[in-house]
Amino acid sequence: MYPKELRYSTEHEWAKVEGKRVRVGITKFAAEKLTDVVFVDLPQKGVKVGYMQPFGVIESVKAVSDLYSPISGTVVDVNTKLVDAPEVVNTDPYGEGWMILVQPEDSKELDKLMTADQYATMIGESGS
Amino acid sequence: MAINQLKRTSLYDVHVAAGARMVEFGGWHMPVQYSGIVDEHRAVRSAAGLFDVSHMGEVEVAGPGALESVQRVVTNDAAKLSVGQVLYSPMCTPSGGIIDDVTVFRLGEARYLFIVNASTTAKDLAWIGEHTRGAQTLDRSSEFALLALQGPQAQPILQRLTRTDLSALKSFHIAAEVNVAGVRCLVSRTGYTGEDGFEIAPPWDEAPQVWEGLMETGRREGLMPVGLGARDTLRLEAGFMLYGNDIDETTSPLEAPLGWTVRFDKGSFIGREILLAQKEQGVTRKLAGFEMTERAIPRHGYPLRVGDEEIGRVTSGTFGPWVNKSIGMGYVPKALTKSGTPVDVDIRGKAARATIVKLPFYKRTAG
Repeated sequence: MYPKELRYSTEHEWAKVEGKRVRVGITKFAAEKLTDVVFVDLPQKGVKVGYMQPFGVIESVKAVSDLYSPISGTVVDVNTKLVDAPEVVNTDPYGEGWMILVQPEDSKELDKLMTADQYATMIGESGS
Repeated sequence: MAINQLKRTSLYDVHVAAGARMVEFGGWHMPVQYSGIVDEHRAVRSAAGLFDVSHMGEVEVAGPGALESVQRVVTNDAAKLSVGQVLYSPMCTPSGGIIDDVTVFRLGEARYLFIVNASTTAKDLAWIGEHTRGAQTLDRSSEFALLALQGPQAQPILQRLTRTDLSALKSFHIAAEVNVAGVRCLVSRTGYTGEDGFEIAPPWDEAPQVWEGLMETGRREGLMPVGLGARDTLRLEAGFMLYGNDIDETTSPLEAPLGWTVRFDKGSFIGREILLAQKEQGVTRKLAGFEMTERAIPRHGYPLRVGDEEIGRVTSGTFGPWVNKSIGMGYVPKALTKSGTPVDVDIRGKAARATIVKLPFYKRTAG
């Protein structure tokens, strides 16, 4: 449910280090809470995002939720496929459902995020 | 904790066991969804869904003055009801605002049962009681549970649990003392989804037996339990008003698309003078439906604009799972209610394009 190689925020985003960049999405737990993702509003390439600052919005049929960036930096790529297929966030939250790719300003921020076990504990599930 | 003060229907344990997500609604602990709003919504449009709406209130007016009392508080014409018929109507204040929208069942010669919204039950009971003459007003909310079985497969499913011939029960009619799964129920052919279906009122404590019976036999048609989330998206696609969102004491039935429920020809009723003046002079705003023409979801309270000018607010908005687009309603100046009129919805500070369309967004094909 919560891949070991990812880091997790208290707002249910995941961060994946890919070389010098960090890919961002939301966890399976968050996707299941939302149930039916029907709209994702993401920033443009080149926009600056701040650590645990809102970078976009995700909507289910019933609810509107902010998305928080687990890392400060510049958005270098955006998953534009989610515009037409937002439901991918539900079916593949750690793969095709990714949201933004960030060029970090300060990689040390990653140390503030949780491990998979810590995240599982936070949401009340047992690790692995 | 406030949550402990929430009321529970007799189906609470059934919902929890079915994995429902429970929320507060109108002072009640209610299921908002089971498997998911989209799945449940589609089940109702293509097969059938079962809803617990026991939180709704039931108020009976009985006695020689019953008809006259009912006529005083509703804008529609209850004199047209035969025993066994159902009427939809607003109840208005003297200034023409809507106190609640209700259905009225004529149970007997001088017996009428109002089905009222959960959040307004106490207010409605007081209002109806205050204007009843020569009859008694009884709060029967705790006696009746209320289930809604809705969808194209509703009749075959319910028919397997009763010997009453349901094909003889027409739309907006009721059948009393219908034995459903061994429980004596009041059954009406009514609903709030835009589909054919029934509302079934068993005695409060016997609702689980009826619910389980329906779920069991309905499995073969794909019957699903449906929460308040899909109830809202279904009624919005069907263009039905939600009290507290689309209509309230600050809106009139002539501004809402409820002019057909205001029968000036029936004689006096509360609100008649103001509503008649509104009809003669014309209202300045009307509730209109709109569809988004770009990807974005309108929500209750978002501003509606033309250029820089705010022309109204969204009263209801959602992504419509069956029509597969973002839809909403709101009050706009009368001149802007024509189909095809472009308007903007202010979504988090950004203007998103929409077009005014005719209500409803969804209409079932006959059959």
